[in-house]
Amino acid sequence: MATPLSRRRFLQASAASAGSLVVGFHIPFAGVASAQPATAPEVNAWVVVRPDDTVVIRIVRSEMGQGTLTGLAQLVAEELECDWSRVTTEYPTPGQSLARNRVWGNFSTGGSRGIRESQDYVRKGGATARMMLVQAAASEWNVPVAECTVANGVITHKPSGRTTTYGKVAGAAGKLAPPADVPLKDPKDWKLAGKRLARLDTVEKTNGSIVYGMDLKLPGMLNAAIVDCPVFGGKVKSVNADAVMKRAGVVKVVRVGDSAVAVVADTWWRAKTALEALPIEWDYGPNAKASSAEFAKVLAAGLDGKDAVVGNQVGDAQAAIAAAPRKLEAVYAYPHQNHATMEPMNATARWTPERCEVWTPTQNGEAALAATSEAAGLPQAKCDVYKLPLGGGFGRRGAVHDWVRQAVAVAKEMPGTPVKLLWSREEDMLHGRYHPVTQCKLVAGLDEKGEITALSMRISGQSILAGVAPQNVKDGRDPVVFQGLNASGPEASIGYTFPALLIDHAMRNPHVPPGFWRGVNLNQNAIYLECFLDEIAHATQQDPLALRRKLMAKHPKHLAVLNAAAERAGWGKPLPAGMHRGIAQTMGFGSYVAAVAEVSVSKDGVLKVHRIVAATDPGHAVNPQQIEAQVEGSFAYGLSAALFGACTVKDGRIEQTNFHDYPVVRMEHMPKVETVIVPSGGFWGGVGEPTIAVAAPAVLNAIFAATGKRIRDLPLAKHSLKA
Amino acid sequence: MPSLNVNGKVLQYEADPGTPLLWVLREQLGLTGTKYGCGIAQCGSCTVHIDGVPTRSCIRTVESVGASEKIVTIEGLSPDGRHPVQKAWAELDVPQCGFCQSGMIMAAAALLQSKPNPTDAEIDAAMTNICRCGTYNRVRAAIKVVAGGGDPKRAGLDIQHANASGASGTSAKEAV
Repeated sequence: MATPLSRRRFLQASAASAGSLVVGFHIPFAGVASAQPATAPEVNAWVVVRPDDTVVIRIVRSEMGQGTLTGLAQLVAEELECDWSRVTTEYPTPGQSLARNRVWGNFSTGGSRGIRESQDYVRKGGATARMMLVQAAASEWNVPVAECTVANGVITHKPSGRTTTYGKVAGAAGKLAPPADVPLKDPKDWKLAGKRLARLDTVEKTNGSIVYGMDLKLPGMLNAAIVDCPVFGGKVKSVNADAVMKRAGVVKVVRVGDSAVAVVADTWWRAKTALEALPIEWDYGPNAKASSAEFAKVLAAGLDGKDAVVGNQVGDAQAAIAAAPRKLEAVYAYPHQNHATMEPMNATARWTPERCEVWTPTQNGEAALAATSEAAGLPQAKCDVYKLPLGGGFGRRGAVHDWVRQAVAVAKEMPGTPVKLLWSREEDMLHGRYHPVTQCKLVAGLDEKGEITALSMRISGQSILAGVAPQNVKDGRDPVVFQGLNASGPEASIGYTFPALLIDHAMRNPHVPPGFWRGVNLNQNAIYLECFLDEIAHATQQDPLALRRKLMAKHPKHLAVLNAAAERAGWGKPLPAGMHRGIAQTMGFGSYVAAVAEVSVSKDGVLKVHRIVAATDPGHAVNPQQIEAQVEGSFAYGLSAALFGACTVKDGRIEQTNFHDYPVVRMEHMPKVETVIVPSGGFWGGVGEPTIAVAAPAVLNAIFAATGKRIRDLPLAKHSLKA
Repeated sequence: MPSLNVNGKVLQYEADPGTPLLWVLREQLGLTGTKYGCGIAQCGSCTVHIDGVPTRSCIRTVESVGASEKIVTIEGLSPDGRHPVQKAWAELDVPQCGFCQSGMIMAAAALLQSKPNPTDAEIDAAMTNICRCGTYNRVRAAIKVVAGGGDPKRAGLDIQHANASGASGTSAKEAV
């Protein structure tokens, strides 16, 4: 195969013989002997134009439903001036990127950074290719470039009226030196970017043809099921493999590291059922008695611990609170959450002493390649990872590639044989990388008029970085803890000015492995601050919106978005009987967001979230209809956690095993969501995550308005809303 | 060898007793459009039609399905992927990651077969599938588009289908 694998080409390869498959996957680029028909050479790393004028745009950020593939292609095509109806995309592999000195930049697709952190270089990639294509035409005609124009992939020499197409000059263009100066369009001149274009990957998701990691079938492939010690930190004491080796289809029982056992069989169902029948003795290790209840006590103690690290400080908040005539205090808590992607973790690996290849849904091809290399015991140059569509990511498939390491470890026991490792839902629930558990104590000092004189906010609990990237924790400081609460900056700054402020963090890490979960720490930070502000507003007889506006005078971008949500929702206008509103705002992942929720609570305590108005300022809006889809989806995810979600630990293990005891939002719970996009320009913010953080506080504040009940300990399912 | 009637064809399979229909479809018959999501009939990713009835194939043992019962999977819902539900899904860009969408589409197609003009409450009751991306509002909108005769304008989403790989090559605004 001559170019990186697009999904369709990959499918062709999968259906081809083993021989051509090997050749196809081993030979990345044009000019090398290939079993596949050669495609056109590239114009540059980002753009290939085939002789039939089809444009292939290369993207290395992963598509997991958030629309980044389409959005980035729009940005490239905008500068390229090609015919959007001829655009397709493909994924270069991390191995190809490594071999080309990371020409495509960062593969990591998390932190809502797909578009905002690659927009500059992908647009330049498109613009560079356009300039080279036009130059090639001009050179062929022997005319000045300045006399040529281009639109929809057709180059015109104005004086002579001659035309040609990108497909005809792409070969020559690819041989030119790229221009040094590559100006980009002013976004106000965009024709494709900023438009409500349909996604490029929808149809294959409506007819069953898209091949997710779970669906991959390679010639000669075997299937593996795995069980890791249900208690984190435990080990396998013994396994009686003989007990299952005579079962139909079972090929091998493999110890994976010191804590897991896999069964390899001809089908996954046989592997899974054999695994369930396999006698395994565990050594549960030092965490065998750990529980969420015990850990909650550790967190509670941390609320007054002396070892906190300051995240944001203005003046002397403690002194101001001590001197205040009136104080308000509240303690909030937010539990562990599982990503619960619809597609459980999976990877297919083939290992030989010379090479290791992995096919997997991943949010970060480069991290997957690093994990492959380490597990395979081979340098990265002798490995590669082929990204497959993700059945959900939400952060689970990005930072830690534990399932890839397992798949490679199993494949290493059967050299040359591709093995597909698929986790059961139960394995996925018990071995997540969980949203961290925290508590928060907030104290406000109020003067005689009820004005806030000082606010302190002590977060006690788990650090994601300490678990995922401890090298980034310096002197007990995990900067990610303070998302949405930072003093200033383009990423996640607080939207309020207080006369005195102290926000600090006492790190308390349980044995449960943490991970980045859609919205990350913005989720609970927004609940803590936005619900407590609501408490202050009610305690001082102020309108929650009016109080916020007062505190936000010096934060115009935050305020503009809050106002946009409030105005669309009709804040202050009468609602039908029984309906109540709540409001919240925050900033994270570079974007400003706010929401107004409308809820009702019946006498029996049944909550209905009727309507959400959500506003976002992401700077630039590359595809508004996809932004709307992301905002809607973020409320389903955020409300799943707020209403139902908690992963709790008993006897060292997670108690929730499937969707019956880790319920999530379904159709019947889903509110109507109205998205208000107010891009103010001049910066690039993310879209996938920020609005999730205002889902819970807006609804919790509305619940208070409806019932007078202040829910400070999530999920809501723990509490009765009965009158 | 036992057989199943799947998507209009009689197909033979080999599987141990107790194997769920889902895994026979996926691993014996190569029909991977039907997904495994939970294995306990909670999420609906494995939804297929058996004699028109939406069925969670992850808990239905294969031997309990008679050779004459007609199974339809996402691959067989229409010959060309242009079932009205599939068309509406594409016009409204319903899927995000897409993993749950085969099950969603099968559930929606069965609902619309039995109730051509479902109320919101009927949609809530029938569409119990889980989607973690949160496509529920577009799922609902697409069901209503089908119920209303297929005009995507009814959804008011104004999605421009300019790309050949998109739904129809026309704008949802213009499409009839």
